[in-house]
Amino acid sequence: MSDEFDEIQAIFFEECVEGLAAAEAGLSAMADGDTSPETIASVFRAVHSIKGGSGAFGHAALLAFSHRFENVLDEIRAGRIPATAGVVKEMLSAFDILSDHVTAAQEQSTPPVDGAMLAKLDEILATSGASATSPAEPIAPASSVSEVDVDEFGFTPVAAEIEEFDPFGFEPVAVALDDLDAPPDEEHADWRVRFGPSRAAVANGGEPLLVIREIERLGGHVVSVDSTALPGLRELDPEDSYFVWNISVPGSVDRAELNECFDFVAPDSLIEISRGDQSAPAAEEPLPTEAQVALPEEPAEPTQPAELPVRAAMPPDLTLVDNKSEATPVPKAAKSEKAEASQTIRVDLSKLDQLLNLVGELVIRGSILADRLSPPEQERVELPQLTRLNRQIQDSVMSLRAQPIKQAFSRVPRMLRELSAETGKQVALEVEGETTEVDKSVIEKIGDPLTHMIRNAVDHGIEMPEERIACGKAAEGRLLLSAEQKGARILVRVRDDGRGIDRERVRAKAIEKGIIAPDAVLSDEEIDQLICAPGFSTATTISNISGRGVGMDVVRSNVEALGGRVEIQSDPGQGTTFTMILPLTLAILEGMVVRLANQRFVLPLASVVESIRPEPGQVQAVSPTREVIELRGNYLPVKRLTEFFALDAEPSAPEDSLVIVVESETAGWVGLMVDTIDDRREVVIKSLEQNLHPIRGLGGATILGDGSIALILDLEALVAPSSSTSKHNLKGLAA
Amino acid sequence: MTKLILTVDDSASMRMLLKASLTAQGFTIESANDGAHGLERMHEVKPDLLITDINMPKMDGFELIEAVRAVPEFRGTPILVLSTEFSEDKKARARSTGATGWITKPFDATKLGAAIRRVCP
Repeated sequence: MSDEFDEIQAIFFEECVEGLAAAEAGLSAMADGDTSPETIASVFRAVHSIKGGSGAFGHAALLAFSHRFENVLDEIRAGRIPATAGVVKEMLSAFDILSDHVTAAQEQSTPPVDGAMLAKLDEILATSGASATSPAEPIAPASSVSEVDVDEFGFTPVAAEIEEFDPFGFEPVAVALDDLDAPPDEEHADWRVRFGPSRAAVANGGEPLLVIREIERLGGHVVSVDSTALPGLRELDPEDSYFVWNISVPGSVDRAELNECFDFVAPDSLIEISRGDQSAPAAEEPLPTEAQVALPEEPAEPTQPAELPVRAAMPPDLTLVDNKSEATPVPKAAKSEKAEASQTIRVDLSKLDQLLNLVGELVIRGSILADRLSPPEQERVELPQLTRLNRQIQDSVMSLRAQPIKQAFSRVPRMLRELSAETGKQVALEVEGETTEVDKSVIEKIGDPLTHMIRNAVDHGIEMPEERIACGKAAEGRLLLSAEQKGARILVRVRDDGRGIDRERVRAKAIEKGIIAPDAVLSDEEIDQLICAPGFSTATTISNISGRGVGMDVVRSNVEALGGRVEIQSDPGQGTTFTMILPLTLAILEGMVVRLANQRFVLPLASVVESIRPEPGQVQAVSPTREVIELRGNYLPVKRLTEFFALDAEPSAPEDSLVIVVESETAGWVGLMVDTIDDRREVVIKSLEQNLHPIRGLGGATILGDGSIALILDLEALVAPSSSTSKHNLKGLAA
Repeated sequence: MTKLILTVDDSASMRMLLKASLTAQGFTIESANDGAHGLERMHEVKPDLLITDINMPKMDGFELIEAVRAVPEFRGTPILVLSTEFSEDKKARARSTGATGWITKPFDATKLGAAIRRVCP
């Protein structure tokens, strides 16, 4: 069960994330002036759900905070607290703390300090007239009641009636009297219970008989039934209740336990519980009200049950047309609730991955068939149709994993508020294209780089209000966050209208850090790129959000790990745009199949610039281990991949080879020398790391149409400066 | 015979928690994720007991109870509200729409089981 519990709890935290996003969206809308009931209700519901689950999973601090937060939201929802800008601002702050609480609960770390916020919430609550500290205790209900006059229904055993109750398994009355004769010791005197369910107690599916059975389970027994109120058959309303039971319960039974039996009995029923002297059939303690009955941790509360035994003889669907049955809802003209079934289901991601994998296999098998069959044969077995279907299935599965990028954007507003508070800068956020869909794995991984890009924009881009005004800009800076799909790539942009990159400073710092030579000649763009250079900033890890030096190089390496790249474009005085260019998916790659020493490899097509059959002399050795190719007046480094992987091959003359010019993130344009180009195709990426150690220079493997395996090249690792010195023996690895 | 209970809650974790803890106590559990879905499932599974949340999208718990009670077949079906709310006016509203009982979340599994037996013969 504990595994199951953990699993359910994991889902609860997923819901929390969704709830927080919804709450934040709602609060942001409220901050922008949308205080419609729907918006307020959406925030309320989100916080309410978090509260509900936090209790169920025992996160006390989260429960306490969300409870108080919810109270305020409830008052706002009810219109007792106006959603003024001031109040909404506090709600946003409360939301921030709620997020921290959720994180703390999930990570089982110390809950955030929330005392000041709680005090603030109480202060706001106080303005509504609601009790500021109203904790989870139910308010004592006003309705407790013996409507039946006690005197009138004296303790009168009515033996005659009992037979009628036999069918319900009641004990015959007589037995009871012995017990009642017991000495009225205060501690051990038996409880005397009088129970007269009201009409309402029967109306809502209540069953007084069950109450009596439960008391019997506690050791109680029916002493007598007072049926004097029972009318003649003609007047009898089968849905009303006419009896009062007198029940004796051993004195050893706990009062609270006894009260619980009446948890669900309508409050207007007669319930009297007293101890002791049976000769004074007393109403000393009128009846347990719901508040008394309700246990603090599980306040179950009476609603209306109770029922008359007669009902058993008369099935409820034999509806009596009876004016008195107002307690039961009149069937309404059935609303056209063509109840929309839920439009979503929750599926474990690993199942989708498995499906994707299988579809990948299917596509591969399809290509194998296509390779083996001649075109007429393909037509005969309808292979083209099958291939098209495969493609559609593949697209559908990919779309299953696609999620709106909104999820990654959702934490930005909060971060900006924090940054604003911290830096004193004013920033307005604009978001575009948040519905753009991206593979879930990409969404998960861009959160941190995004955080750093935004932090960087506020820290270094946007100026202080005075400075902005002095430059003739609005005091409030603008930050545009946008996403769009371009072909198989997703572009995520963070654009600020701040001061732009200070190239002199960047250059000076780069020289100071030894990243560039003091006399290096760099274009503006190259200088801009320096802020992403390894070692440029002081932060060493991407999670170092609180540090001042934001690790833009770490941003870049994270994005590159996703197969993407970062572009920077800056206009001094006008602002800077950071663009993350990411693959739509991490599972399928458009590749160029090349041959090296008779083995096949796949190069990511997106990186390929051109391919060249070198003229004799076009490739020149500049040192025993380095070669360059002259291309339209520029010299590019050339790498022989057969050497990199130490493949068995005679060094071939460059003019018998092909040089594929690729664009790398780290080394610019580089020529890779291969034997031939075989094909260009989409390949399904299979991870090698499940079975093998990471191998430098390889990003994975794939299965080609003929069923053979081809290794996928990891360009960045291939062209990295250190790579020329490390040889990697791949003999026999690739077929 | 094992009792068939329909639980309606928009939170998946809450549905799973209910299912796990009540199945362990010998009940058979069916679930729905909002009021509208719950009403549909009522007709499909015809449970011995309905347990519903109050705050849900589409159709909330009050509307669900009202709609269920409007069906003659379900007039006598016990309905328990399981909610984090506890205000008297909410409870009164639940009563007037036809709820049998009200249990405040978070629930203790054993006590919930006992409460169910209190309304479900």
